[in-house]
Amino acid sequence: MNLLDVKDLAVQFSTQDGLVYAVNGLSFDLAKGQTLGIVGESGSGKSQTVLALMGLLARNGKATGLALYHGQNLLTLPAAELNRIRGNRMAMIFQDPMTSLNPYLTVERQMTEVLQLHKGQDRSSARAACVRMLDAVRIPEAAKRIDMYPHEFSGGMRQRVMIAMALLCEPEVLIADEPTTALDVTVQAQMLLLLRDLQQDFGTAIVLITHDLGVVAGLCDQVVVLYGGRVMEQGNAQQLFKSASHPYTLGLLKAVPRMDRDDESLLAIPGAPPNMAHLPKGCPFSPRCAFADAQCHETLAPLQALPGETGQLRACHRDVALVRSTPQPELAHG
Amino acid sequence: MFKNKDDALVASLGQALQPELQGRSLWFYARQRFKRNRAAVFSLGLLICITLACVIGPFFLPHAFDSADWDAMSRPPTLQNWHLFGTDDSGRDLLVRTLIGGRISLMVGLLATLSSVSLGIAWGATAGFLGGKVDAFMMRIVDMMYAVPYLLIAILMVTLLGRAFYLVVITITVFSWMDMARVVRGQTLSLRSKEFVEAARAIGVPTRRIIFQHIVPNLLGIVVIYTTVTVPGVILTESVLSFLGLGIQEPMTSWGVLIHDGAQVMEISPWILIFPGLMLSSALYCFNYIGDGMRDALDPKDR
Amino acid sequence: MAEAQQPILSVRDLKVEFSIKDAKAWPWTPERALKAVNGISFDLHAGETLGVVGESGCGKSTLARAILNLNPANSGSIRWMGQEMQGAPEAAWLSVRKDVQMIFQDPLASLNPRMTVAQIIGEPLRTHHPEMSHDEVMVKVRAIMARVGLTAQQINRYPHEFSGGQCQRIGIARALILSPMLIVCDEPVSALDVSIQAQIINLLKELQKELGLALIFIAHDLAVVRHISHRIMVMYLGRAMEFAQKSALYNDPRHPYTQALLSAIPIPDPDLERNKVVQLLQGDLPSPMNPPSGCVFRTRCPKAQAECAAEVPELRALTPNSQAACILA
Repeated sequence: MNLLDVKDLAVQFSTQDGLVYAVNGLSFDLAKGQTLGIVGESGSGKSQTVLALMGLLARNGKATGLALYHGQNLLTLPAAELNRIRGNRMAMIFQDPMTSLNPYLTVERQMTEVLQLHKGQDRSSARAACVRMLDAVRIPEAAKRIDMYPHEFSGGMRQRVMIAMALLCEPEVLIADEPTTALDVTVQAQMLLLLRDLQQDFGTAIVLITHDLGVVAGLCDQVVVLYGGRVMEQGNAQQLFKSASHPYTLGLLKAVPRMDRDDESLLAIPGAPPNMAHLPKGCPFSPRCAFADAQCHETLAPLQALPGETGQLRACHRDVALVRSTPQPELAHG
Repeated sequence: MFKNKDDALVASLGQALQPELQGRSLWFYARQRFKRNRAAVFSLGLLICITLACVIGPFFLPHAFDSADWDAMSRPPTLQNWHLFGTDDSGRDLLVRTLIGGRISLMVGLLATLSSVSLGIAWGATAGFLGGKVDAFMMRIVDMMYAVPYLLIAILMVTLLGRAFYLVVITITVFSWMDMARVVRGQTLSLRSKEFVEAARAIGVPTRRIIFQHIVPNLLGIVVIYTTVTVPGVILTESVLSFLGLGIQEPMTSWGVLIHDGAQVMEISPWILIFPGLMLSSALYCFNYIGDGMRDALDPKDR
Repeated sequence: MAEAQQPILSVRDLKVEFSIKDAKAWPWTPERALKAVNGISFDLHAGETLGVVGESGCGKSTLARAILNLNPANSGSIRWMGQEMQGAPEAAWLSVRKDVQMIFQDPLASLNPRMTVAQIIGEPLRTHHPEMSHDEVMVKVRAIMARVGLTAQQINRYPHEFSGGQCQRIGIARALILSPMLIVCDEPVSALDVSIQAQIINLLKELQKELGLALIFIAHDLAVVRHISHRIMVMYLGRAMEFAQKSALYNDPRHPYTQALLSAIPIPDPDLERNKVVQLLQGDLPSPMNPPSGCVFRTRCPKAQAECAAEVPELRALTPNSQAACILA
């Protein structure tokens, strides 16, 4: 039984330049205890996807498609219903913990508010539960620190406070929008281990948005690779890393500086991320793809299953074997 | 990208033959946004009409602003004899006086604004760029100016120095430059720590050139906004001074003087108050809408 | 890299302090000092890249600005081509600025939004060579633009009309136009997308090979500097923890902090990533106003002993290729 069933999610914004499609044709399932990673660069639409699921889109944004949570479509729920789910059954943590916490309220006030609202608890029992949760996220001296203000915490600790706040109601789904991007690498390592442990303890399913392939490799079971608002490749994480099938994924894997490889040079994908208001006709990656031919520039490739590899999907016209076997040309700097 | 420098040079020459694209500066986008604001555009048009009427109008009207027609004292508006706004209690045509008064009000507004803006920019940019104790000292002077009760001092100045046109301008300037100084100082402070100013210092650009090439052009946005806010304030100050009998001297007139005169007879001849009052408020509304439009157009967040 | 060559830049025991005003204190109490850079020394040779790595608050950006006198150092020595520059007046630095340039972390913010690309790239020429005519300047600007991969068509565009990667290329073009000997790169790729980072890193490497540029490449990511550095310095709270040749640092890191940093970097390979042993650091970064006595890293070090608090460990050469500031290394 899937917790979350997303089919053909599309997010559009009405701007002065016309309709801009931030996300197009995204589908995925999330089962209990699973971790899904949504990977992409700027403009890929990864953040807008989860904002749409949580009903947090800007006023000029509209989400279409299906996002079934226990049979209810999140995209069409009235606000009152959605509020019962948000923060309670589905929680979200954001990239910048400083701006996600109210600087004028103590941590205690912000956290007990969640329990008072969703569980109807009174302030003192809520406070006890919050201290327990702060302990669970490994904040030292939780009982003392809970009365402090956000600015008195370091970046890593603020992010833990956010995670604690998100987990207070023991949600089934935790959405993490680039939770470690703003953190130092040693703090990031602590955070990722914490997320893994909490997932084991609480059985939460996680949707993780990130641009960092290393983070995906460490946490995710399933991966969706987005570019220009469309899915390029999707499937089991282990398989994707072992044998990626899309030129963009392959390019990313070679462009990322890695500690496990000793090679001297990085592959540079030429060009720049697309302008979402002026997407090219055809595949959004075609202007930068080393394998693109006339068909790629003209028509979108549909997302299709790879023969012989269950569960792996890719959207590419070119032949899988060709893409995998040809080393991408070592263009100096694009 | 290229194997050696010669290839790069050849390619660059080849590309030089391609037409160069014209860039769109931030002023371009600001103008676009301003044009989309209908209230602002309408106000701009109306203001231009009012100004033209005040400047050119009197030449087309048969009456002089100070010719008293003893036969037609305190007449309500009538088409007879082209007294479109009526006459005041000395028989002077109100329309002409309103337009002439407009000339004075707008000119005082313009001159006082120019001088207070210049003083404010100079003060604020210096304080902001030099920083430290100089900045603190200069800003304390600004604070003191805010604390001074301007009306009392204005009365003092006018009483001691007289009511000539340029003295009224000076009096108004003395109390209108502080806002601009504070705003310019704040903006200069924030610009000083911007990375492109750091980059200019790293290149070795001399301080004078940094101020004029890098800081001032990025100040102009906020200067324009605050200027459009200063103008109505200045005009209103002049009107207040005139209303209190401290402004422009007879027989010259301004909207404030006319309103002063009209208020005294408003129960008998309300048109003497209404028409100048309408002109003044329309002009002020126009300035406010234009100022709002400028602010939205130049909002740095809305790059 | 000829050891016999004189280093072009020689930094010894550089210290940069900021005085922090405590709002609550009385005006006569002495201000507290934040030691952002607390005794950094290194040599840099022509054509060499020094990678400087550290997390937030380690002082690497302050170090970069001190080398260029944008944030003058309080003490220590900065010798450029044998000439002592620390404490020299701004006029003396002007001739050095022709040879030492900088590129910044935020590509868009480092460009004046009201100047065109042509004006931005040409500014160094107009500053140092005012005798050049407008046409001469434009010829050089166009040539440099082609060199960094920008099309000459865009020469009259404004910075906000370019993408992040292109803005960084404009910054590089501006830094290159005077043919400097050293470019200090302050986290030049941190704000860029992954697929663009590789472009910029490769461009810098190419330019270094072609022009014999020396680079000081500052980053918070050890994986990034690996591809471009010859030697690497790891900083923590204003001090150098380890200073080694690239291969020595990555294959045999000696300092516990370096080991922790290396193990923390996520690897895009699920098997390796999930099975790796991460050296977790306890606690939080101490306040730079109140650094721990002795070794500044001891409060978080998994191997800390009592002796570590006694005195500040000096950078000692452990092998011919690496130095570490740790009594246990």
